[in-house]
Amino acid sequence: MMEKIVIKGRGALEGTASGPAIVFPDSIAGNSGALGDVDGVVYEKGNINYGISIKNAILVVPCAKGSNGFSAHFKGALIAGVKPAGWISTKIDARLGVAIASMNIPAVVDFTDVDPIKVISTGDWVELNGTTGEVVITKK
Amino acid sequence: MFLTDEEKRILDGAEGAGKQKAMEMLYALGLTFDAEKLIPIKRAHVALSGQEGDTYWCELLVEGGATCAVPPTTNPYWDTDCLTKFYDVTKEELDLANRTGEAYRKIGAILTYHCAPGVCSNVPFFGEHIAFSESSATPYVNGALGARSNRESSISALAAAVIGKTPCYGYHLDENRHGDILIEVDAELNECYDWGILGHCIGEMAGSLDPVLVFKNKVIPSQEDFLYFGAEAATSGAVAMYHMVGITPEAPTIEAAFGGRKVPAPTALITNKTLKNQETKLTAATGDINLVMLGCPHYTYSQILEVKRLFAGRKVSNNTSFWILAESGAVELAERSRLRQKLELLGVRMVGNTCIDEPCWKSFEGSLGVTDSPKCAYYRERRGQPFAIRRLSECVEAAIKGRLD
Repeated sequence: MMEKIVIKGRGALEGTASGPAIVFPDSIAGNSGALGDVDGVVYEKGNINYGISIKNAILVVPCAKGSNGFSAHFKGALIAGVKPAGWISTKIDARLGVAIASMNIPAVVDFTDVDPIKVISTGDWVELNGTTGEVVITKK
Repeated sequence: MFLTDEEKRILDGAEGAGKQKAMEMLYALGLTFDAEKLIPIKRAHVALSGQEGDTYWCELLVEGGATCAVPPTTNPYWDTDCLTKFYDVTKEELDLANRTGEAYRKIGAILTYHCAPGVCSNVPFFGEHIAFSESSATPYVNGALGARSNRESSISALAAAVIGKTPCYGYHLDENRHGDILIEVDAELNECYDWGILGHCIGEMAGSLDPVLVFKNKVIPSQEDFLYFGAEAATSGAVAMYHMVGITPEAPTIEAAFGGRKVPAPTALITNKTLKNQETKLTAATGDINLVMLGCPHYTYSQILEVKRLFAGRKVSNNTSFWILAESGAVELAERSRLRQKLELLGVRMVGNTCIDEPCWKSFEGSLGVTDSPKCAYYRERRGQPFAIRRLSECVEAAIKGRLD
């Protein structure tokens, strides 16, 4: 039987989402060119997930990074039809908040007891509830 | 006064007659105020005015080979290209204007032609030593921004710009920046005009003392509010430094504003009634008008926008001219954003780089003008045109009717 872990944060945007996790221990840069506008593929130099598409995934980040224009690239992903399914962030800030709100995808943020970056691995199946703040992780 | 060897060499003429003249000026000023030494300045602003005395001094330095170590920004004189299309000036007046521009170009000034440098064209940081002339700019940079400038004349500011230094006295020293008198304010301050009237009251009370204002109600002044306040306090009085407790940077507390000295009993309490009385004293004139003149100090983009809002599509009377004198960047923005074109269709014109106190406006002399600035009225009346002072909304209504009731 596959191991299941439940962690809890603050539900930031309501709704439920599930999908394979992509964990970004160093986040994703908000600067132009770090995320493909049309294909949703990560092109940030040195990013551990370089070349991977964010489409339909659950993004797991410690926080936002780089330009205040961070959200615009994710809004671009929404327009191009390659948006992620949901978002988990250890801490939220204004850049990330605008990204989530402008894509209107469920999100759980502001974890205090446990750091999702340490508990979740890329490829784990994650179900999140943006209303209750509950995250269920099925290890791969 | 202590001079370094380098400064002595300049004073002896080793670097040319122009720098020597500038150093002589600073040295004499330093001796007058018993300054210990010269200190470097980060910025300068020269209130070039297109008046013979100022232009002569700049030409003298230029002929002596001087250029500016710290390029200063400059006050306006008048936009000779634009305004000569509309108004007559004499050949002598135009010649003097052209000589002024040429002299300041040669000395290496930054020709901003803007009288409120602290608002956008030459903004100092907290604590910077600077040499700013223009009486409305000095209280703004000292009081609102916490930079350090004496009330320089265009002559001393230009000398400081050439040498890159100024005598260390007056507002450069901590002990002279503290408050002298306490004034309580319990009045409604809704627009920059109200702050101007407040400044006019404060100037009369303070003279050349540093006033400390305590507000009964929480206020968050805008750039324009600070500007109008300081301009009027420096017109009716000689205020070059002020504190607003909990608002300006050197007055986090009332004790800090007085530099740890005993806080004096309040000199006055300013109420709505005080402001109303001051306004009545200033604004009596009525009758047919031939001009509405705004922009003393220079209007900002937000103020131009406010003019458009108040007109609400109505037009200036055929018998009246309506001029806004603004910072040239604001005029450029108004052009680019099509605000200028919209206002011109209503009969409102604007010009950058120009002061109200210039010969190009003499066509209007002999009839009544209206302005929102007591400082503007003061200068225009001195040149021979009576002026009424009203808040902006009343200036706009008067322009539409062509008369002030």
